[in-house]
Amino acid sequence: MAIKAITKSGLLVLAAAGAFLASAGARAEQVGDFVLPSSKAAKVENCVEPTEYMRRNHFEVIRHQRDTTVYGGIRSTKHSLAGCVDCHVGYDESGQPLSVSDEGQFCSACHDYAAVTMNCFDCHATVPEGESWNHETAALHGHLGIDLAARAAGPDAPAHREGSQQ
Amino acid sequence: MKRIVYREWRLEPARYWGLLAILLSVIAIGGMAALYMEHEGHWVTGMTNSVVWGVPHVFAVFLILAASGALNVASIGTVFDNAAYKPLGRLSGLLAAGLLVGGLLVLVLDLGRPDRLQVAMTTYNFSSIFAWNIFLYSGFLAVTIAYLWTMAERKGNKFMKPVGTFAFLWRLALTTGTGSIFGFLVGREAYDTAILAPMFVVMSFAYGLAVYMLVLFYSFDADDRPIGPVMLKRLKNLLGLFVSAVLYFTLVYHLTKLYGAKNLDVETFILVTGGIYTAIFWVGWVLIGGLVPLGIIYHPVLGQERNWIAAAAGLVIAGGLAAMYVVIIGSQAYPLEMFPGKTVLEFGAPGDVGGAVAPYSPSFPEILLGFGGVGVGLLITAVGIRVLQFLPESLTDRDVAPAAGAASA
Amino acid sequence: MKPDKEKIDNGRRSFIGAAAGVSAAVVAPGVVLHTVDATAAPRTEPVTDLHRWGMLIDTSKCADGCSACVSACDRENGLNLQSKPLGDDPLKWDNQRAVWIRKVKLQDNTTGRITNLPLMCQHCENPPCVDVCPTGASFKRADGLVLVDRHTCIGCRYCMMACPYKARSFIHEKVDQKLTRAPRGKGCVESCTLCVHRLDEGDISTACADACNAEGHQAIVFGDLNDPDGPLRQALRQVPSRQIRQDLGLNTGVRYSGI
Repeated sequence: MAIKAITKSGLLVLAAAGAFLASAGARAEQVGDFVLPSSKAAKVENCVEPTEYMRRNHFEVIRHQRDTTVYGGIRSTKHSLAGCVDCHVGYDESGQPLSVSDEGQFCSACHDYAAVTMNCFDCHATVPEGESWNHETAALHGHLGIDLAARAAGPDAPAHREGSQQ
Repeated sequence: MKRIVYREWRLEPARYWGLLAILLSVIAIGGMAALYMEHEGHWVTGMTNSVVWGVPHVFAVFLILAASGALNVASIGTVFDNAAYKPLGRLSGLLAAGLLVGGLLVLVLDLGRPDRLQVAMTTYNFSSIFAWNIFLYSGFLAVTIAYLWTMAERKGNKFMKPVGTFAFLWRLALTTGTGSIFGFLVGREAYDTAILAPMFVVMSFAYGLAVYMLVLFYSFDADDRPIGPVMLKRLKNLLGLFVSAVLYFTLVYHLTKLYGAKNLDVETFILVTGGIYTAIFWVGWVLIGGLVPLGIIYHPVLGQERNWIAAAAGLVIAGGLAAMYVVIIGSQAYPLEMFPGKTVLEFGAPGDVGGAVAPYSPSFPEILLGFGGVGVGLLITAVGIRVLQFLPESLTDRDVAPAAGAASA
Repeated sequence: MKPDKEKIDNGRRSFIGAAAGVSAAVVAPGVVLHTVDATAAPRTEPVTDLHRWGMLIDTSKCADGCSACVSACDRENGLNLQSKPLGDDPLKWDNQRAVWIRKVKLQDNTTGRITNLPLMCQHCENPPCVDVCPTGASFKRADGLVLVDRHTCIGCRYCMMACPYKARSFIHEKVDQKLTRAPRGKGCVESCTLCVHRLDEGDISTACADACNAEGHQAIVFGDLNDPDGPLRQALRQVPSRQIRQDLGLNTGVRYSGI
């Protein structure tokens, strides 16, 4: 009788542990798929680097770009944070962009899960905002020979919601 | 000469824990004020883009000055071989370390991004006096702890003189560095002068000794340790000397500034027309922090009484805070003179001061943060003297280097 | 002056005139407004000291009561998005909000003559703010721009103490709205960047100078101090100019005439 009870409770524990592992696995699956369906990123095959590489190294990439931009003035490469935001920002039904650092959105979904604090958005914009300046002004300044098409194809291209190229 | 006996602070537990509770609540309130400022941003303080350093900096700079000044008492014993000061050395080192930690905490917690302290400790710009001061401050702590060890550990006694001398030179560098934070600001009329560095050194002598005396009197009273009249007189006369030196340097500082015609306006502002800053300068810095304590110290009757001497030390501290207020805030409130010979009619949008004296009124969080720093310094001292042998058993004239006492009496 | 530059600039100016609802003829010819880099494009190489960006401000052309440069700067750099924190004193807030460019009005004590001028970061060659910054966050870029690296700024405000021009602002409040091109956050110091985002895109212009030209005043000439044939150096050759606080020997990038 006693043995039976022990076996029974042991099985219960095992079952509970199994259920827990299964749920953790399910959550891990979700983590792998945080690209929002409404974002531009959902429509492209890969990020600017292979997905696996970006998952592990995106911070190194962003930080390297940060110094290049601040000290070297190079803003147009594919590793810019503005590009990350532009491509990964999700949109609600009415087409309004949702802040990437809001709960459940691209950046914070994963960062909350991994319990890693983000500092980027203390200062940086969480939705593409004011980018139209580049677009409009560059058009006005067309005589300067700025290649609009090349810029639009870049990751820090101006925000135009219908654009799906990356 | 009798051997000096050191004993832990034997205060009855209820009183001791009561004291700790008070200090801890002061610190907790200060910490909460810092959290509030950090959470909301600096708009909750009185600080603006015109007066960028406020009351926290008044407290922080005062505490840092007092810290290096408190160590002087030990230096007089070790470096200048005045045997009468030898028993005072350990408390001097402990108090110095405590006050410095308190001051630095206030400074750090007032940063716009205190979470980036790691950046400050790992990224340096060596053309900045501020960066040098980070080294001077952390080095001061290390040197002071080493100094305390040589004083307390018999094996270390033989290193006491070289380490003590090094500590003395270090604290001179530290106060010079602190003064230079302001002295090298070429753009501001009130600062741009090298005399601020030696003036800060002399101020640190006075403020450090005043804090030291109050702590010594309180801790000795609390568990009935005696202080002899010769020792009292010695400390009091030293304080008088330092306070006179502060007044002298104040005079020279303003004369230097007055001599250059281009600084006439800022001098008029501080000395005559500056309203609250003029009042704090004359009443706080000169009268309360200088003339009144001098009057008490050299008064034939009052100058003999311990409570009056303690009051004089308290006034010197109040005057020191007033001096810091005028030096740090008064000089920022005065507008930058960019256009000589011209009057600024408008400067940016209405309300944006540039040609006018900048308004500043300290807010509660700032003041509470400042007191929190004081609390930290005192807490470290109170715990230190309780658990370790920092306080000498007695400072009666018989116990303290009788020969030296007789010579100076 | 090279003829092709002339042509290009006229095109640009007429556009601005049209955009401002002013006929192109209002804009007086003769002063070249912009340097045009033949290779203008988003840059791919780090900036070098071949260029040093600067300005000449002709105070005689700076109009009383006009603040076009200030509002243009506010829009360009998202300064108009700042909002007074709930409960802050409005007078205090006036001194706490970030300001990159100010309209300053002066009166000579002896002659009574009124002078107007815009005042912003002077982009010194020997900037005191860079000297005093403990972490090196305040830095001078190779092309002469004095900037703040927000990633290492700890918010100590020592640079604000050191600046003789009151050019810097501390962000006192949480910032909810910001532009992608102008990051901004609580606890850091910032100041005029000479519209660095434009320069990096190969667009040699600033919002303030554009706005001033659009108003038809042309008080601000922006350009390269290192280019002997460029519009800025030409303008500097034509009119006498000086630096504010010239006595400090900072060799500012922004020069003024008529003060």
